[in-house]
Amino acid sequence: MSTTYALQTRNLVRKFGGFVATNDVSLNVEAGARHALIGPNGAGKTTLINLLTGFLAPTSGQVILKGDDVTGLAQHQRVKRGLARTFQINRLFADLTVLESVVLAVNERLGLGARFFRPIGAHQQAVREAAELLETLKLADVAHERTRNLAYGKQRLIEIALALAAKPQVLLLDEPAAGVPTTESRELFASIAALPRDVTILLIEHDMDLVFRFADQISVLVSGALLTQGTPDQIAHDPKVKEVYLGEAVHG
Amino acid sequence: MATSSIDLTPLQRADRWRPAELAFWLLPVAGYFVFPDNLVLLTQIAITALFCLSLDLILGYAGIVSLGHAAFFGVGAYTAGLLASHGWGEPISGLGAAAAVCAVLGFITSLLVLRGADLTRLMVTLGVAMMLFELANKLTFLTGGVDGLQGIEMKPLFGSFGFDMYGKTAYWYAMGVLFLLFWAARKLVHSPFGLSIKGIRLNAARMPALGAPINARLAAIYTIGAAYAGVAGALLAQTTQFVALDVLAFNRSAELLLILVLGGSGSLYGAILGTIVFMSAHHVLSDMNPEYWQFWLGAMMLVIVLFARDGVMGGVRAAARRLGLEGGAR
Amino acid sequence: MTVLFDGIASGMLLFLISVGLSVTLGLMNFVNLAHGAFAMVGGYVCVTLLNKAGVPFLLSLPLAALATALVGVVLERTLYRRLYTANHLDQVLFSISLVFMSMSAMQYFFGAQQQPLNLPDFLKGQINLPGLDMGIYRLFLIAVSLVLAYGLQRMVSGTRFGAQLRASVDNPRAARGVGINVERVFTLTFALGSALAGLGGAMGVEMLGLDPGFPVKYIVYFLIVVAVGGSGSIAGSLVASLILGVVDVAGKYYVPQVGSFVIYAVMVVMLVFRPQGLIGRMTAR
Repeated sequence: MSTTYALQTRNLVRKFGGFVATNDVSLNVEAGARHALIGPNGAGKTTLINLLTGFLAPTSGQVILKGDDVTGLAQHQRVKRGLARTFQINRLFADLTVLESVVLAVNERLGLGARFFRPIGAHQQAVREAAELLETLKLADVAHERTRNLAYGKQRLIEIALALAAKPQVLLLDEPAAGVPTTESRELFASIAALPRDVTILLIEHDMDLVFRFADQISVLVSGALLTQGTPDQIAHDPKVKEVYLGEAVHG
Repeated sequence: MATSSIDLTPLQRADRWRPAELAFWLLPVAGYFVFPDNLVLLTQIAITALFCLSLDLILGYAGIVSLGHAAFFGVGAYTAGLLASHGWGEPISGLGAAAAVCAVLGFITSLLVLRGADLTRLMVTLGVAMMLFELANKLTFLTGGVDGLQGIEMKPLFGSFGFDMYGKTAYWYAMGVLFLLFWAARKLVHSPFGLSIKGIRLNAARMPALGAPINARLAAIYTIGAAYAGVAGALLAQTTQFVALDVLAFNRSAELLLILVLGGSGSLYGAILGTIVFMSAHHVLSDMNPEYWQFWLGAMMLVIVLFARDGVMGGVRAAARRLGLEGGAR
Repeated sequence: MTVLFDGIASGMLLFLISVGLSVTLGLMNFVNLAHGAFAMVGGYVCVTLLNKAGVPFLLSLPLAALATALVGVVLERTLYRRLYTANHLDQVLFSISLVFMSMSAMQYFFGAQQQPLNLPDFLKGQINLPGLDMGIYRLFLIAVSLVLAYGLQRMVSGTRFGAQLRASVDNPRAARGVGINVERVFTLTFALGSALAGLGGAMGVEMLGLDPGFPVKYIVYFLIVVAVGGSGSIAGSLVASLILGVVDVAGKYYVPQVGSFVIYAVMVVMLVFRPQGLIGRMTAR
């Protein structure tokens, strides 16, 4: 019944020499879910995202996207199949304007990236689509600003815009609110919450407030292994989870 | 579809030819009449400008640091030279052959160049160029070795314009090729492909996450850059009717880097401006003791790297901003 | 066998000069194409002391190393420091500009010809064994290099400075966090690398010759050592230098018509299959 799952891993393992970063993780993300991945620092959450997207190759195990085994596919091939991600630390195109950056992303989705003769402006569909995306994320007023000149909060929105430009069916968000002041992070999350339900979202976040308001499923990752998974209510009352976080508070 | 409030005209007009550009391309015409006794020098400037343009494509736009770009220049020169010295003196097809050979060589080496980080890339590009230099040095029966390749005889261009010793045909030939290839490169950098190449340079890690196959794109731009350099080398062989061994030397690659940075990388025009400034200075100061020239060249490079990194184009853009003009073509 | 011996001597010389480059590249991630220029400076200082000031050879060597170290410190503090965070292209351009300036300066002061070097008598001659002719100077070179290599390894792994150096290589930010003066470590390391290069240049006059073109002629060899041995690895530099020295000497002896082609080809092949070098770690850039 794997077709009801948008994204799965089966016994996913990743070792760096002797260090086991990802320990036999079998994760199931339902289609249309708002699924959060939480855990203490160093639990291996970003590593897991990197394995899901193909940025890293697993030591063993499989990654299944919409029912297909994509373990052997490169990053860009998985994007073509509908998987997109944002990065914890912005990876943007500093010297491009906001509009240029998003046009670049849309071009890739429309398969225009290899066209070398007609200028960018002549590909009307891509340009219009990029403009609309900017409007949706309230970036219209900075469309022609160089990315490097913008405030971090705006840059974070661009980071999301780049991922959304791929019109993914599965979206992986790595701490989208990281580094964004609380006043702006509400707005950011509103944009994420406004995404249609046919987009599956897997999200890493530390802000428990945001997680519990946003997610319908939460997985807890500790030392590279899945501790437990459940609804926000179940997780909030799970003694094992409390111990993990309380234990951290005692020692940290 | 909702209409956007964003003004799309800057993007849609990005590739329009600016007045300054049109004025710039009248210079070759002006040069013919203003410097009739210096046509040979101007031809060499055009050839080097094309060579520098090819480096701008792979370095200024794609961010591939190469210490061995002379490899393609040299192979192009020897290809055209060998064709012509063995009886095939038709100029345009000589260029085509050089471009084809260098494209193949560029494609093969791109597979090597794409692996590894900056230092590895540097070493591989350098290593390939040095290998070719040694080959050319040793295969004297083919290349003439240190003495150079001689006996190059060119048939008239288009069947009518012979390559005379005044260099008139050579001048228009080189300028024409430079303009055509520049025009094509300009189209390239304003296209979606060009934008994706810039994206790779600005943030290579992000591109695969957008669905872009970066290795394929880089291989493509490297191949194109190699072909352009090959054409430049072929032009040199055809217009001077001689190929010296130093077409493959490290000095040529290093000097080309200097010229590109002097002019300002990543703008196409920087490559041409840098060449004009460099070669004019070299010509004017040619009576100068070579030690002085090299010393001041080094000192100037030092100053540019530390204080004026965007080179001449950087200065041009700053001046344009001050004067309230539109930013230059990027 | 003599060929092997000569190759080893050549390799040890390469090691001396290149190890500084390997460490500074591994430490500061700085692509310094001017490293050969430091060796050249050491060579010229040594030759000047020997020929003009009549300083005995065995004293000229350490003095040359010292002088080069001083030059290194001055340049590091004033110029190199500004470009630690620059991208590799800028560093390449910067170091090429230093190469041009140093080459033309040396030509201006010393002329373009090879510098003559008169070895003291006790270093001349050979020890002749059946099947193996060992030049005494080459023996001297190998001995000094081995001692230095051993000392270097001991320093890096056994002393406090060595520990600070290794910490700064691994994680400059964390190193600063525990109170290591990373800038001072950089300067001292650069000085050490320059000193070794200068010593190598001085000792190499006899074997490699000395003229203003030295930095460009040999920079490729030094870079090969670093790229193949892996930046930041002393053991890797040693192994790579020895391999390169032997292959180069053997190649020129047995197949002279091929020349340096083999060296470059081997390097390219090695880098294709092991982009991180023989022993060194893959730098995160």
